[in-house]
Amino acid sequence: MGLKIELGRRYRFAASHRLYTDRLSEEENARVFGKCANPYGHGHNYVLEISVSGDVDPATGMIANLVELDPFVEREVIEVFDHHSLNEDVAAFRDVVPTTENLCIEIYERLKSFPKAKLERVRVQETTNNSFEYAGENGREKL
Amino acid sequence: MVLITRKIEFSASHLYHNPAFSPEENRRVFGKCNNPHGHGHNYTLEVTVAGEPDPATGMVLDLKELKEILEREVMQRMDHRFLNYEVAELKGQIPTCENIARVIWDLLDPQIKQGRLHRVRLYESADLFADCYRNGAGC
Repeated sequence: MGLKIELGRRYRFAASHRLYTDRLSEEENARVFGKCANPYGHGHNYVLEISVSGDVDPATGMIANLVELDPFVEREVIEVFDHHSLNEDVAAFRDVVPTTENLCIEIYERLKSFPKAKLERVRVQETTNNSFEYAGENGREKL
Repeated sequence: MVLITRKIEFSASHLYHNPAFSPEENRRVFGKCNNPHGHGHNYTLEVTVAGEPDPATGMVLDLKELKEILEREVMQRMDHRFLNYEVAELKGQIPTCENIARVIWDLLDPQIKQGRLHRVRLYESADLFADCYRNGAGC
């Protein structure tokens, strides 16, 4: 039985959001989302952790070279989210509540096309007390 | 099944250099990790063992024994060492997080008799780490 090796990398971004949906009344929004529904939103320092797998290239000792992985994540995620309002500035959250569950799914979708290694899962820490993980639609066994 | 994790920290130096590459290629692929005299990290190793708690002791394994295994197999071999030159198991390999984690897995796996080695996670820094699992095992 062989070994499975994954490379894990952490990134950070700061963004604001508001948890609110037009499908619910004002009272229901307040009841469901509490202070996260406050009208002008609020922000977090998010920590993104991604894991990729693949063969370790014997010439480099690497699954993925950070020289390629970091700019990809920077372009696909960090530039899009960092110092932005998730509700106002990210198209995916026009009609989707930007909970960290949905943020995980959006980030996974943005990163799954990384060409040099296989994206296994993403983990997003919203605060030091809350974190969320997603490994794709059929990714239950990877969590 | 219960998972139990023990953490240790060690400090070591390394450099990335492939003698089959030209100097320019080494620089392009490895960047400042190719600087000729090396550099160092404080590594954090998390070793996770899976098993059923023994009904008599309540333990998956004796942590004291795991601590001794980690001291002998990892600390004495790697702590305050230059990984390229002083760790035989890494000879001929680029001492990346991936390769060091695999070497550590291979050193620990046969030593752990109570429970079964489940995961080796090696942090090179707070933002970069490698995980080793048995192929086919859940994470």
